[in-house]
Amino acid sequence: MYRSLTAKRKNVSAGQRELTFMERMYLPAILKGMKITIGHLFKKKVSLNYPEVKREFSDFYRGMHVLKRDENGAENCTACGMCALACPAEAITIDAAERKPGEEHLYREEKYAAKYEINMLRCIYCGLCEEACPKDAIYLTERIVPAYYKRKDFIYGKDILVEDINNRVDITKRKQPIKKA
Amino acid sequence: MLSTYLIVKIVIILVLFLVTLGMAAYSTYGERKVAAFLQDRLGPNRAGPFGLLQPLADGVKMFMKEEIIPNTSDKAIFILGPSIFMVTALLTSAVIPWGPDIHIDGQAYPLQVADINIALLYLFGIVSLGVYGIMLGGWASNNKYSLLGAVRASSQMISYELAMGLSIVGILMYTGSLSLRDIVAQQQGFHWNVFYQPVGFVIFLICAFAEANRAPFDLAECETELIGGFHTEYSSMKLGLFLFAEYIHMFVSSAVIACLFFGGYDFPFIDKLGLSPNVFAVVGVVILFAKIIFFIFFFMWVRWTIPRFRYDQLMKLGWQILIPLGLANIFITGGWLTLKNYLNW
Repeated sequence: MYRSLTAKRKNVSAGQRELTFMERMYLPAILKGMKITIGHLFKKKVSLNYPEVKREFSDFYRGMHVLKRDENGAENCTACGMCALACPAEAITIDAAERKPGEEHLYREEKYAAKYEINMLRCIYCGLCEEACPKDAIYLTERIVPAYYKRKDFIYGKDILVEDINNRVDITKRKQPIKKA
Repeated sequence: MLSTYLIVKIVIILVLFLVTLGMAAYSTYGERKVAAFLQDRLGPNRAGPFGLLQPLADGVKMFMKEEIIPNTSDKAIFILGPSIFMVTALLTSAVIPWGPDIHIDGQAYPLQVADINIALLYLFGIVSLGVYGIMLGGWASNNKYSLLGAVRASSQMISYELAMGLSIVGILMYTGSLSLRDIVAQQQGFHWNVFYQPVGFVIFLICAFAEANRAPFDLAECETELIGGFHTEYSSMKLGLFLFAEYIHMFVSSAVIACLFFGGYDFPFIDKLGLSPNVFAVVGVVILFAKIIFFIFFFMWVRWTIPRFRYDQLMKLGWQILIPLGLANIFITGGWLTLKNYLNW
């Protein structure tokens, strides 16, 4: 009987049996393994060539946020602070301001967010801000936050977050009720 | 006459040198592609079409890396290590017959750098010298992991050299010659040694994996236990030389396997085609390279299939299984040949 060179004695449990001669030859098992690996050579590859080909997101993918405007182009956000309160990562900072006469086309309600910042390094993309928002103002989208060299670049202000009036962000899919599988 | 001879030899040496380096470079690319395909990935495909310029990019990267020589190391030996490893790896390809003779002005020139009558002994000697590269490199690094890797590499290579030597004794008994050229010539017409010496082939194949330091016998450089093994302390092109030499070893091992067991440049019914000698030579070279590339692929295929051996299992396999098996193979072959002689078959 061959004794292992390791100092630790192996405790052979009741379920284990001695290997048969064919099993101790290893070669049949090795050939079996090689058959399996060669099969993978011709299988469809799971990788995508990322920048050219993009993986399709689910309807509810939680990526970069958008601050919505209403149909007239006025910002929905009323700076109530519910999103900042709901945020578990404390990523949202809001400064509120009062709407002046003549700014009705810019802001829907009498109060608006003068400063609305999300720190994308703190954000965990949980979507609680979207759930908390009573004014239909903030949504998470399929867009991906890119990488930057500086930390301060990750603090997104209203210039990035508010949707472009001529180039609206489509969130209709997110508004549909979630289909139960 | 002598001048043509010299020119032909020099051309063969230069071409062989470039081809060896090219094969090694593209083996690194092939390795990454094969690894990727076997794991359902795509592999490198950014540098050039299908990523074909990847070896170039890797080479440039290696050169640009910072050159580090540890303070506590023995500097001369530290540099000597990868140099020896690389030189011995390159030297081995000299005795391999790459194809049938080419004819210039009615004179036959063998496609071989040196047709020496002890080619196999030369091969074994040079390959064993390669151990010094690893051993000195690992030792001079003055690092526990490097030393352990070097110890493992040297003991593994010495152990498997024995079994490797025993495995080809059967072939030597058949051919009665140590010259690779004679061995290949005797296999012409599909009388490949693998049919007569299957056990010898399996032993030689396993030992070739161990000699080339390839998985599942790459204990000398296993990342999981020894960080990088003998080349832990190496960086830049000195590391590149170590890695590159490993691929040259693989290339030469594949060539030796093809020559010893698969008839070298022989292919069934190739001599029936009635090709002119020089075309025949070119076809022979292509066939040999097809075999070599298959075996390089086989090396990679095995690497991405079988997990690494444990050290005691490795030693057990070498000393307790392969060496007795090799000895038994010699006795059976010898008995068979004696019987054949006795009965005048």
